Amino acid sequence: MSYRNDPYDPKQVALLDPAALAEAVADAEKAFAAAGDPDALAALRPAHLGDRSPVSLARREIGALPPAAKADAGKRVNEARRAIEAGYAARQEVLEREHAERMLVEERVDVTLPYDRRQRGARHPVSTLMEEISDFFVGMGYEVAEGPEVELEWTNFDALNIPPDHPARGLMDTFHVAPENSGLVLRTHTSPVQARTMLTRTPPIYVIVPGRVYRTDELDATHAPVFHQVEGLVVDKGITMAHLRGTLDHFARAMFGPDATTRWRPHYFPFTEPSAEFDVWFPEHRKGPQWVEWGGCGMVNPRVLRACGIDPEVYSGFAFGMGIDRTVMFRHGVGDMRDMVEGDVRFTRAFGYGG
Amino acid sequence: MRVSVSWLREYVDLPADLAPADLEQALVNLGIEVESIVDLGETVTGSLVVGEVREIEELTGFKKPIRFCRVDVGDANGTGEPQEIVCGARNFGVGDRVVVILPGGVLPGGFAIGARRTYGRNSNGMICSAKELGLGDDHSGILVLPPDSPAKPGDDARPVVGLDDVVVEVELTPDRGYQMSVRGIARELGHALGVPFRDPGLAPAPGATQRPAYPVEVRDPVGCDRFAARMVRGVDPAAPTPSWLARRLTTAGIRSISLPVDITNYVMLELGQPMHAFDADRIAGPLVVRRAEPGEKLTTLDGVARTLVAEDMVICDDTGPISLAAVMGGETSEVVEGTTSVLFEAAHWDPVMVGRTARRHRLFSEAAKRWERGVDPALPLVAIERAVRLLTEHGGGTAGDEILDIDHVRARTPITIPADLPTRRVGVEYPPARVAALLERVGCRVATGADRLGEDPGEVGVAAGGGVALTVTPPTWRPDLTDPADLVEEVVRFDGYDRVPSVLPVAPAGRGLTWQQRRRRAVARALADQGYVEVLAQPFVSTELADQLGLPADDPRRRGVRLANPLSEEEPLLRTTLLGPLLGALKRNLGRSQRDLALYEIGAVFHPRPGAGSPPAMGVAHRPSDAELAAADATLPDQPLHVAVALTGEIERAGWWGPGRAAGWADAVEAARVVLAVAGIPDERVTVRAAEYAPWHPGRCAQLLVDDAVVGHAGELHPAAVAALDLPRRTCAMELDLDAVPAAPLRSGPSISTFPPALIDVALVVDESVPAAQVQRALVEGAGELLEEVRLFDVYASAQLGAGRRSLAYKLTFRAPDRTLTVEEAVAARDAAVARAAERFGATLRGA
Repeated sequence: MSYRNDPYDPKQVALLDPAALAEAVADAEKAFAAAGDPDALAALRPAHLGDRSPVSLARREIGALPPAAKADAGKRVNEARRAIEAGYAARQEVLEREHAERMLVEERVDVTLPYDRRQRGARHPVSTLMEEISDFFVGMGYEVAEGPEVELEWTNFDALNIPPDHPARGLMDTFHVAPENSGLVLRTHTSPVQARTMLTRTPPIYVIVPGRVYRTDELDATHAPVFHQVEGLVVDKGITMAHLRGTLDHFARAMFGPDATTRWRPHYFPFTEPSAEFDVWFPEHRKGPQWVEWGGCGMVNPRVLRACGIDPEVYSGFAFGMGIDRTVMFRHGVGDMRDMVEGDVRFTRAFGYGG
Repeated sequence: MRVSVSWLREYVDLPADLAPADLEQALVNLGIEVESIVDLGETVTGSLVVGEVREIEELTGFKKPIRFCRVDVGDANGTGEPQEIVCGARNFGVGDRVVVILPGGVLPGGFAIGARRTYGRNSNGMICSAKELGLGDDHSGILVLPPDSPAKPGDDARPVVGLDDVVVEVELTPDRGYQMSVRGIARELGHALGVPFRDPGLAPAPGATQRPAYPVEVRDPVGCDRFAARMVRGVDPAAPTPSWLARRLTTAGIRSISLPVDITNYVMLELGQPMHAFDADRIAGPLVVRRAEPGEKLTTLDGVARTLVAEDMVICDDTGPISLAAVMGGETSEVVEGTTSVLFEAAHWDPVMVGRTARRHRLFSEAAKRWERGVDPALPLVAIERAVRLLTEHGGGTAGDEILDIDHVRARTPITIPADLPTRRVGVEYPPARVAALLERVGCRVATGADRLGEDPGEVGVAAGGGVALTVTPPTWRPDLTDPADLVEEVVRFDGYDRVPSVLPVAPAGRGLTWQQRRRRAVARALADQGYVEVLAQPFVSTELADQLGLPADDPRRRGVRLANPLSEEEPLLRTTLLGPLLGALKRNLGRSQRDLALYEIGAVFHPRPGAGSPPAMGVAHRPSDAELAAADATLPDQPLHVAVALTGEIERAGWWGPGRAAGWADAVEAARVVLAVAGIPDERVTVRAAEYAPWHPGRCAQLLVDDAVVGHAGELHPAAVAALDLPRRTCAMELDLDAVPAAPLRSGPSISTFPPALIDVALVVDESVPAAQVQRALVEGAGELLEEVRLFDVYASAQLGAGRRSLAYKLTFRAPDRTLTVEEAVAARDAAVARAAERFGATLRGA
């Protein structure tokens, strides 16, 4: 583009000289291109766009021009300034993008470094299994019933059709609260909670009872003086052994997979009649699919119903129970009962937080 | 109980090819637990033959006497020449027949027999003892066949010594006394397999005679409702027990003693009727059956002198008690080596009495076990007849003509049930005829009639429901059948448990977990999330624990529930605090080289109620009254649910991020705060204050309160307790009574202000004895409603501040719900907060 300023601007101003403006633009672009990072670029800004930069100084001169020349000169200065601004912005964008990319590389860390600053906690598998079983039955509409661990002999034995001289009392090696005739024992099973439930609720009763129980067995690989049971109790009109089997089969599948089922063997419990022990078919047993002895069950003995104030002519019921510790042992392949009770953190941590 | 199949076969026609596995399944289906089934024929392999000793050469010069024998084994060794065998036993002579295992055979336990050179001779095989053959524990010498044995040298010795049999060991449930006999098991197998059973209990036996076999007076017909006896005189005292009989006793685990005694045991095993054999010449005067006088003495057959109580039953002669009735005989009247006159006694005793006596004297004899479980009262005369025949056959002698039978046995009361009761209880359709047939198979008499129910609903009956009723009289050998439910069980047992279908009942809508149950789970999970590992410790503690913990003399935690029969005398008490057992688990882990530990337990502790007394006697015929139940429950210890943690070592470990951090009192207090937070208690209702409470360090113990109630303590343990329990220094702990923590309130949702906050830091200088929690509370109160959050971010002490002073620096966040606060408003609120702290604790602004 040719310069046609002269006819309008007798008083030549060097700063407004188109060549000078072009040079300012060129200088700025050259300087910006040389800036290596956003900070360096920012440092160049005063020199090329600041108050004392060539384009700013040029703008000041415009005021002194004759009115006819102002518009033209102002246009030229603005164009130059816009060009420098655009150059700055473009360079800035490039540099910031480069910077961001470089930072992403430079800030790389080894994400595989362990961060075991705090050791992880864990739930005991007996606790989590009790919760898992409770949840299963709660899902079916049952409620979770509980009772005291130091129990009345009456609820632990008498009410369950185990009179004082019954041989079954001898079978359950019982801790007695001193003195021996105190009438108080450490409950030998969770069944006293059955009695307490029937004493305090009216049918229909559908409860699941997890809890800690006691027998005078020395601690060894298969016995513990303190262990855990869970039992279920249903009292309703028209309850049959078929309902008991249906419930156990359903439960077995929940615990041991869709192919699990139960098998019954006639047995004797004073508080149920008829009674059975039951085995469960456990397809994923560590030693291959097999039957495992799991627990006891039966129809609530009408004598128990009567002692607890429920009319056996109107209601019938079933009960079942099993050892939690034992279930953990065969379900998870635990070989030694002592590991269950000693509280070794290495054992418990292996089970994590549970289900 | 161990019994051989050959014995069972005498009374039940088991299929000839019945495999042991099928026998086991049949027993299991009957509810008889099978401990083991051993086919004795498979326990010894190779040639096991009868041998006759021809020559014995005594070898000398060895540490013990050794014999070199030549034994005729017929053609069993292939040569017909006598077998040369070295033997260390000496209880045989030339001409005796013995059992020889030839080289190549294997004895039980995988003991392979070969030809070998020993004691300078060649030994080709072995002469066996009963124990080596797995036939018993008798290792006193080799097995010498009785003179009456028809076996010839070279015969297979297995049938001769009973190694062709199958031995079953069964575990019986306590209700089924009748199964504790060959009779009972044979009967059940007959029913289960559908094969003929011949009941030895119904064998013909002569009845009582006018004149008694011996003068006997039964003074307590409740304790003894039947007493029968018969005499055998002129018995050959030298007559041995036949080997087949002795073998059956051995199989059952009963030692052979003498012919008369062995016969009583044999009859007990066969029929289930415990018996006793008196030496008639060693009893003086008439026998009296009565309760013992308190303090009376009797030395029983096991040589133990026993002091009797009034509940025991005894058989006495003129000298006093000579037998602890039903449980064990006495020394003075027992059959001895020279006995020629044997008085057999077979009685029927009260099972409850026998059970008590057996427990009292800790004498669980084979007889007592059967009495306690119920013995058929119809057996005494049959048993006596069997015993008398066995004795006269094998021991000579003459049975007396007189038979004594004092019989007070009451007839069984029939049980009336609706015929559809089994169907209604089991869920399988049993037609009335099927029910009757199954009950008859059990041995019941069953009468059918529609009108009986109305007459006698009785205590064992079931109310009339219309339809067919069955009147069932159980057999004498089934004292366990007393209730309709017992009959239902027999129906389903013989029809097959496997026929019961699977039907899922539908429960009514439940209410889910209670808030206490949900809370317990939340607390357990939160502590695990915080890095604590759950422990389920045994709640038994020692009497020394209270001292080790340093509990004051009047601390209620010193009063624990004491067990009458603890497993260990060292730990006779139940825990009153979770800490004892939990610290025990901590220590066990430390002993296994774990250093950094954080454990928790949730469980009950036990506090006896002083002066609670004993629970009232309550029956079972009907429900006890609410008052009785409440009185009974009032005697139970208080058993609140506690939660506790124990900490030692580093709670934060050193690593690439920097140094580790030792677990301290603050971690324990934080665990307590976490528990209260997950229990849903708002922070403003929780108070933490300093307390002195064992077993914590008096300067590092926090007491936690919800509202005004103390719920627990946390902090560092007392150095003395740590030393007494041999724990690492600075072990920390927390224990809360979860039951004392109230239910979580229904919380109100806050309205969230979106206006900007004003943040102001203040550093207050206070006396170091002023608890930070109280300074903060003063700031909150003084600041008023504009204060959104206050947080202590620094605690600082220096010489510049002065001794005993410290600076607490708080970050205050002010915010208004409806406007942006002006600087003046925020500063005014800050000044009000500081003023309250100044007024209450003399706090001054640092740098002011």
